[in-house]
Amino acid sequence: MSEVESASPTPPPTQEDEPVLTSRAGAVLTITLNRPDKLNALNADLHKGFAAALREARADDIRAVVITGAGRGFCVGQDLTEFRDAPDDIADRLRTSYHPNILAIRSLEKPVIAAVNGAAAGAGLSLACACDVRIAADSATFVPAFINIGLIPDSGGSFFIHRLLGNARAFEWMASGRRLTAARAHAWGLVNEVVDDDELPSRVAEVAATFATLPTRGVAMTKRLFDGAGSRTLEEQLELEAQMQSAATKTADFREGVAAFLEKRDPSFTGS
Amino acid sequence: MNTDALVLMERDGAIAVVLLNRPKQLNALSTELMDELAGALKDLDADEEIRAIVIGGSERAFAAGADIDELSRATPIDLLYQRRMENWEVIRNLWTPLIAAVSGYCLGGGCELALTCDIVIASETAQLGQPETNLGIIPGAGGTQRWARVAGKAIAMDVILSGRFLSAREALAAGLVSRVVAKEAWLDEAKRVARAIAAKGPVGIRLAKDAVDRAYESPLTLGLEYERRALYLAFASEDAKEGLNAFLEKRAAQFRGR
Repeated sequence: MSEVESASPTPPPTQEDEPVLTSRAGAVLTITLNRPDKLNALNADLHKGFAAALREARADDIRAVVITGAGRGFCVGQDLTEFRDAPDDIADRLRTSYHPNILAIRSLEKPVIAAVNGAAAGAGLSLACACDVRIAADSATFVPAFINIGLIPDSGGSFFIHRLLGNARAFEWMASGRRLTAARAHAWGLVNEVVDDDELPSRVAEVAATFATLPTRGVAMTKRLFDGAGSRTLEEQLELEAQMQSAATKTADFREGVAAFLEKRDPSFTGS
Repeated sequence: MNTDALVLMERDGAIAVVLLNRPKQLNALSTELMDELAGALKDLDADEEIRAIVIGGSERAFAAGADIDELSRATPIDLLYQRRMENWEVIRNLWTPLIAAVSGYCLGGGCELALTCDIVIASETAQLGQPETNLGIIPGAGGTQRWARVAGKAIAMDVILSGRFLSAREALAAGLVSRVVAKEAWLDEAKRVARAIAAKGPVGIRLAKDAVDRAYESPLTLGLEYERRALYLAFASEDAKEGLNAFLEKRAAQFRGR
């Protein structure tokens, strides 16, 4: 079955019109949410574009993924005008539009970095927290938003934020709805790193490029091991480690890593 | 090995590995594939040196169902004359333990094939389901009967009527699979289990498989009698003497299959 999207019947819009943009730099794919005048609020079109971009990210020659937002904001969650104009059941909307993308981020066999360039609110916050790593601009903010209109944290927010912060902080913060600065988010462990606003693009590029040189299969298996570690018993986790380690020793990167070590040189990993 | 064959078969010591090979169709079970599969399994079953058989597909798919294209063109009399059930009977009547290595899609006829096996090892990516009702038909290779017996009415009805898939962990909880393994280990783990079984006394293994299968066919009292007779038969074997003596003498048993 071909993974390539079929051509659209009308002339394709220019790149700048697309609600989600992708760009490649070596083995790094950057996905940019592109509704800057709406602070990248999520609507059906954006979800479709995002889904396509995440499918593109599955290619074997992509070894790291960056998700970021165009303009001032990262992503402020569900577009409320879409909500008002087409009030179909939110559960169906979550199941068909949101959940597949959140699940896709977790099942991508490579590291996914959220470059939080601005406000991350509501489902945009959940989206950032669904990624493996978060690097935030100094002026970025983190806003639960859901509770401010009487809603619960969706799009995985209740899962990821609980896991990142622990129950006490997660509940108090998400129930309060208050805005968090990047500095506070970093102190809490919600975010891995904070950089000056104008240094975010270069720092993210640096981090992503480094990830892209690592043994991708080993990184992917580590990601999967950590994902379930909270819900498995020690015995189950040990057994899974044994199975995955056996597979890891069969990779070319394992052979290269050992050879480089013995030959006292830098390794050159291919991701397979 | 002819890699164009629909079924790839490899002997590895006392075990054999049989892999379905229609990757573009996600191993959809065409009549041709089932003919080849049944033929390969029958040959292996006749070879006493083969003590356990692993059946698998690929990491992406065990088997995604029957060949819909084929089905859509078939009349009921076509289906009768294809003698499709005979292939399934061949697989059901093997006396060699069958271990299904299930990764990815295990749906419809593919799921029924897995359920026909004795042991199912599922990778964390496995998805099990019977989506036949999406096509206006029903599972016809044992799905309704096996799901009801193994998983119980609640899950059987949900899966078969709603077309929902079970994840590997859900299938484990429902009793359809006995182990969930890492995605990368989907085939290696099944082979490991197969080798462990292959190292045991073949007489005992064949009689045990038969006795467990019998549990679905008769009332408990009859089943218990059947089991006891099978035990007496096992006791009559040289393997039993060897196994019991080896245990008492604190050494490894050497089973000959007699």
